[in-house]
Amino acid sequence: MNKLKSARTGGILVLMAIIAVLPLFLDNAFQFEIAILIFFNAIVCIGLNLLVGYGGQISLGHGAFVGLGAYGSAILTMQQEWDPLLSMVVAAAFTGGLCFIIARPILKLKGHYLAMATLGMGIIISIVINTEDQLTGGPDGMYVDGLSFMTDQIQWYWLIGGLLVFSVWASLNLIHSPIGRALRAVHGSEVAAEVVGVDTTQYKVLIFVVSGVFASVVGSLGVYYSNFVTPDIAGFFHSIELVVMVVFGGMASTFGAVIGAAILTILPQVLTFLHDFEHLVFGLILMLTMIFLPKGLVPTIADFFKKGDK
Amino acid sequence: MSAEFLQFLFSGVTLGATYALVGLGFSIIYNASHVINFAQGEFVMMGGMGTVFFLGLGLPMPVAILAAIALTTLFGFGLERFAIAPARGASVVTLIIITIGASIVMRGLVQVVWGKEFHAIPSFSGDEPIMIGGATILPQSLWVLGVTVLLVLALRYFFEKTIMGKAIIATSLNRDAALLMGINVRLVLFISFGLSAALGAAAGILVAPITLTNFEAGIMLGLKGFCAAILGGLGNGMGAVAGGMIVGIAEAMGAGYWISEYKDAVAFILILLVLFFKPSGLFGKTGTERV
Repeated sequence: MNKLKSARTGGILVLMAIIAVLPLFLDNAFQFEIAILIFFNAIVCIGLNLLVGYGGQISLGHGAFVGLGAYGSAILTMQQEWDPLLSMVVAAAFTGGLCFIIARPILKLKGHYLAMATLGMGIIISIVINTEDQLTGGPDGMYVDGLSFMTDQIQWYWLIGGLLVFSVWASLNLIHSPIGRALRAVHGSEVAAEVVGVDTTQYKVLIFVVSGVFASVVGSLGVYYSNFVTPDIAGFFHSIELVVMVVFGGMASTFGAVIGAAILTILPQVLTFLHDFEHLVFGLILMLTMIFLPKGLVPTIADFFKKGDK
Repeated sequence: MSAEFLQFLFSGVTLGATYALVGLGFSIIYNASHVINFAQGEFVMMGGMGTVFFLGLGLPMPVAILAAIALTTLFGFGLERFAIAPARGASVVTLIIITIGASIVMRGLVQVVWGKEFHAIPSFSGDEPIMIGGATILPQSLWVLGVTVLLVLALRYFFEKTIMGKAIIATSLNRDAALLMGINVRLVLFISFGLSAALGAAAGILVAPITLTNFEAGIMLGLKGFCAAILGGLGNGMGAVAGGMIVGIAEAMGAGYWISEYKDAVAFILILLVLFFKPSGLFGKTGTERV
């Protein structure tokens, strides 16, 4: 147990060190932009990983929750002239509330039926955002004022980097709490978990709400950072991208989610030199990784080293 | 029946027939392998785009259509052999992502080789609308319906009367038992993916004269075909056909009587409502989990 605990703190320390040292190696605004984007994606993925990796549920509609946070903040600050931080909290509460309401009927579903339901819910939300253009600006998106006290990109770097460390810490603590153990039991076998007295529904609902709120907060902050939002943020492809990050890095591994987010945020940037071949090569890399490392990067590498120990 | 209603119904069943074929493709692959193939829509797209390409080479229409179906079937075989078979035993989410990767690859390939433009295929027998009860129907819609009916009947025959068809059913019921009975399970999987790809391609070719096609044309068609398959209960072939029809008609009625902007949302609203009350689709078996 002590060893477990030290591995946890060790991981967080390494992450903090990387975030602290990274600015020395970033020489322009674009590279900072990518780093911040990685942090944003990683935070959503940590939340999603709780649901997918630990809870054993599937969500193909998580982009919609990011979109709700983003548009909630955008509409409240720009059209109601609310304070941005208050807007963020209200948007997160709204998203959390929505998750709470739909969690019971949706999480009753299993496997592919659950995939269909979350996918359908995400697509409906994204169609609404695209269509209600008086509120959302439609497909053209809308401009949003930033946070008045955040004047510099480097401030954003530290803010979102700090938030990432906090998210990793919160996620690791949740996983190693009684709630986390109950969740893993649900993943193993829901019926068995229920038989030994775990209230599986309650835990699934809780984790669905938590991951929705993670996504919503990131959506809000992302809008304040970039000052602009388009419906793509809630779209099917963004949802798929998020799940892919989680699975690519390794399900049921918090650091896997962070590494998956980092690689899959950087990869498309690296591949732009391929021009038209970009998507083709991206798809191939994705397929090959999942075929040969079906558990994802981090768990496969971890297994490799564990075998080495013996 | 008012002419307006009849008009919406005509476009609904045409759409529905297409969704039914795509949904059937999902069902066949799911039955054989328990994989949901997110590249099913790309098979549909490749049928349409392939026909455009072979017509461009100067081939006559029937030859171009067969060539496009053959090409797409090859991709189906390839997907099974090089991506699904090596990943045997991977989790549901991993398999979903592999097929999503395959769909990205196919879209990327078509975009690189054949470009991003929209293309049309000429209708099979002219564009002169036919008047029925005050509403009009395009001859191409009749082609869509007629060929769908024929394909569904042919598939029923295949699954009920032929050795290969029965082998696929046996594999879907119990893979290990099928293997022990001497069924070549690898061949069954291989054939299922090819068959499913061919069906998808046929659907894509049938609708291309009505809807136009480009490298992204398969995305929505694939998702709605998935709706059809889930609505009918996964793995239930006739359920998928019924599901496709329900989705198509609901969509046409929704667009006609409600708001046309929300046309694409209808299928998904419908599927959520159904799943809330019947968690395994309209005609699906309720499963039990063994501990």
